[in-house]
Amino acid sequence: MSTQKTFMGYRRENGRVGVRNYVAILPLDDISNAACEAVANNIQGTIALPHAYGRLQFGEDLDLHFRTMIGTGSNPNVAACVVIGIEPVWTQQVVDGIAATGKPVAGFAIEKNGDITTIANASRKAKEFVHWATEQQREECDIADLWISTKCGESDTTSGIGSNPTVGNMYDKLIPMGICGVFGETSELTGAEHLCAKRAATPEVGEKFMKTFQAYQDDVIEAHKTTDLSDSQPTKGNIEGGLSTIEEKAFGNLEKIGKKVSFIDVLGPAEEPAKGPGLYFMDSSSAAAECVTLMAAGGFVVHAFPTGQGNIIGNPILPVIKITANPRTMRTMSEHIDVDVTGILTRELTMDQAGDKLIEMIIKTSNGRMTAAEALGHKEFVMTKLYRSA
Amino acid sequence: MGIPQLLVHDKRDNVGVVVVENLKAGDKMFCVVTEDNSDFTLVAKQDVPIGHKVALVDLKKGDTVIKYGEDIGRVITPLATGEHVHVHNLKTKRW
Repeated sequence: MSTQKTFMGYRRENGRVGVRNYVAILPLDDISNAACEAVANNIQGTIALPHAYGRLQFGEDLDLHFRTMIGTGSNPNVAACVVIGIEPVWTQQVVDGIAATGKPVAGFAIEKNGDITTIANASRKAKEFVHWATEQQREECDIADLWISTKCGESDTTSGIGSNPTVGNMYDKLIPMGICGVFGETSELTGAEHLCAKRAATPEVGEKFMKTFQAYQDDVIEAHKTTDLSDSQPTKGNIEGGLSTIEEKAFGNLEKIGKKVSFIDVLGPAEEPAKGPGLYFMDSSSAAAECVTLMAAGGFVVHAFPTGQGNIIGNPILPVIKITANPRTMRTMSEHIDVDVTGILTRELTMDQAGDKLIEMIIKTSNGRMTAAEALGHKEFVMTKLYRSA
Repeated sequence: MGIPQLLVHDKRDNVGVVVVENLKAGDKMFCVVTEDNSDFTLVAKQDVPIGHKVALVDLKKGDTVIKYGEDIGRVITPLATGEHVHVHNLKTKRW
């Protein structure tokens, strides 16, 4: 591997390293979106993260809501965070969760204040945070400080041949150097689950994976399916690209974890890895924006996103690097692609070279280069909801 | 080695993937197995879009389609060598 082993990142209070330096304005709930967007409009250099949920959720679904909120605010790509909620109790719970990282965070509740006073108070605090955040300097960090997630989208058969194994090659090279990696998409491993289970580091982790996979099949797929899932898995875009069955899609999907590394734990949605460097599996939806949002909340700072037919997704706090091997996508949608590996199809680019090309782009992106999705303004922040609210 | 029109993942596979645009019926395809770089030629029986699959052998109803050396579903209508393989003749064994 010819690539450099360091990058310039922002070292945070808890030791983690970010590659972006956002001041996030985070709504606790759907009805606080307007106030957050007003603050972000008032104060340049901040970013609002509007979403659809946060009221009357309960049980595991509420736990996931808090985990996603706290995880997003805690992500090292966020320098400081303002939280706005309708009432103070849950707002403070999110503030306290984020404060555990040591980063500056403040909460504002709208009840007894109204939007206008809340926006004024939160804007003053956001302005302080922007001055503070923009005084932070990038410093040289070891590549092992990177947490790199992956999820593919609008896949086709060229994903399985080219762009997915490119990501796999990257993990085969960087995981041994001490990074954290994560893959997910529980439903999209259907047909390849036995191979995936064999890639677990221990039989216990393999069993945990199979339990998670089976629970998704039973609780989500079997509980709600009509005839079958062939209208959704594979998607219309997958079918247009030549993928015929979920099994075919799953084997291509699994190419993203390479040939050598095994995964060391199974994470719940939005859960942060706790077993040190290595590859993790995260129980997650296969819908791109939901999955990437969960991985960002898990603490990942750069995302490798292979696509065939051309998925255009981005995330507000996590730079999403697009890789494609499909020459038609390169010809018709090149503004969305960061890494062109079409040479794999013509046999002009080896997998080793493709992996190095992706690693170079990961380093450049970590140093501050904007991804195609960032330049095009893609900020899809989509919370996962497990069931109907109370 | 020239530029292939068809790539096959694994020696055990009975389908391959068209990797060029505008492939026409009657085109003689240069095919490469990525696993070991072995090659062969095959004539496409239909126009097949980029990314779509072609049968490497004759397949009858109920046969298992193999790609990546693995089971990716069953044949629902018979296929001749060189024909387009997709949702009209291949279906999942799940769901």
